[in-house]
Amino acid sequence: MVLHVSPHDGLPIYLQIMNQIKYLVASGRLSPGDELPPIRVLAHQLLINPNTVARAYRELEAGGLLESRQGSGTRVSERGSPLAKEERARILAERVDALLAEARHLNFGHQEIIDLVQERGRVIQSEKGER
Amino acid sequence: MDNTPTDGATYPVTAVEVTRKFGKKVALEKVSLTVPRGCVFGLVGENGAGKTTLIKLALGLLKPTEGSVRVFGFDPVADPPGALSRIGYLSEDHDLPLWMRVDELMNYTQAFYPKWDPAFAEELRETFELDPSAKIKHLSRGQRAQAGLLAAMAHRPELLLLDEPSSGLDPVVRRDILSAIIRTVAEEGRTVLFSSHLLEEVERVADIVAMIHQGRIVLCGSLDDVKSGYHRLTLRFREPQTTRPSMTGALWCEGRGREWTVLCDGRLEELRAAAASLGAEIVEEHAPSLEDIFVARVGKRVLPAGKE
Repeated sequence: MVLHVSPHDGLPIYLQIMNQIKYLVASGRLSPGDELPPIRVLAHQLLINPNTVARAYRELEAGGLLESRQGSGTRVSERGSPLAKEERARILAERVDALLAEARHLNFGHQEIIDLVQERGRVIQSEKGER
Repeated sequence: MDNTPTDGATYPVTAVEVTRKFGKKVALEKVSLTVPRGCVFGLVGENGAGKTTLIKLALGLLKPTEGSVRVFGFDPVADPPGALSRIGYLSEDHDLPLWMRVDELMNYTQAFYPKWDPAFAEELRETFELDPSAKIKHLSRGQRAQAGLLAAMAHRPELLLLDEPSSGLDPVVRRDILSAIIRTVAEEGRTVLFSSHLLEEVERVADIVAMIHQGRIVLCGSLDDVKSGYHRLTLRFREPQTTRPSMTGALWCEGRGREWTVLCDGRLEELRAAAASLGAEIVEEHAPSLEDIFVARVGKRVLPAGKE
């Protein structure tokens, strides 16, 4: 599991960690039952405060994505997959929000955006076909 | 935060209304803070803000002009052994006996601390790749910092005090310093108080930050609380603005024409309403970095030591 944190990002580091772990689970790079690195190990690897890692794990546990058992470390919970669908939608929704904001500043209407999405979809499809 | 911090076990360091003067110059003015056990406490501020004075007060190297400082419940000036045996300290200029060799420094320092852990000292020496027979005066700046860190850490102090530990060091040694801080807190109950110009490092490792400016604490709290109390917003106005917009809660503002970036404290909903009443729309919203907050509160960027 490779995570990156950037203190200058502005987003609190525990949230950066939470988002990246959610992403790894949503994209299937972490599967239910997979073990996460111990808090100290991840803190050392990322050079951040162990309390910050602990907070990210704790909040992901509270949300049901991770579970920890005494003596067996922290794992991706078996219930991880139904959450993952929601999480995938959330990630995409963020991108869509950014697109809509950008489109508004460039004076694009709703229908124009939809047309553009369909057109780009066709272009990408045909490029795939040629390969 | 708890205001009855006389309990030395819960709060390794407490300062109550501390003022310290050097002649007429006031270095610290009515500074109160508490450092809870098991946390990393970061002091930030410019050169001359009073950070070093505060650390020296905790070490008992200076006496407060007014107010009181307690370390593990002891007065560090009246009872140095009570406090000092539990502290590890690295000074800003890493002052070490230059005539000694690395192994001599290790033996010498060991004599002061009954709890010195020779195996841990040796492990640190190997990690830092310090040659035991090298003379301290022949070490590079980075190697001296590592030797100083070894001497400060090998008795596994309950409180590690680091004064500008990273200043003037290359990234490799800065990593060692951060790693030492993390290692110290990861061991149950140990506490770190450090000062730094490098706000990015403070953001990485601190649980609590205190900003000192001209001898006063201008901001103190958990890093997450401090950061979530501020918003960096980009406002887009319907009409170009010829003067700086007077946004509620704005501490800092930069821009021209129709687009201005402001750093505000306050709740986001209220800020949205305030922007709307000025005829502006919030087009971007970011959580500010500690550096942004520092600039907004103090009006200047933090400069690394020696570059002012």
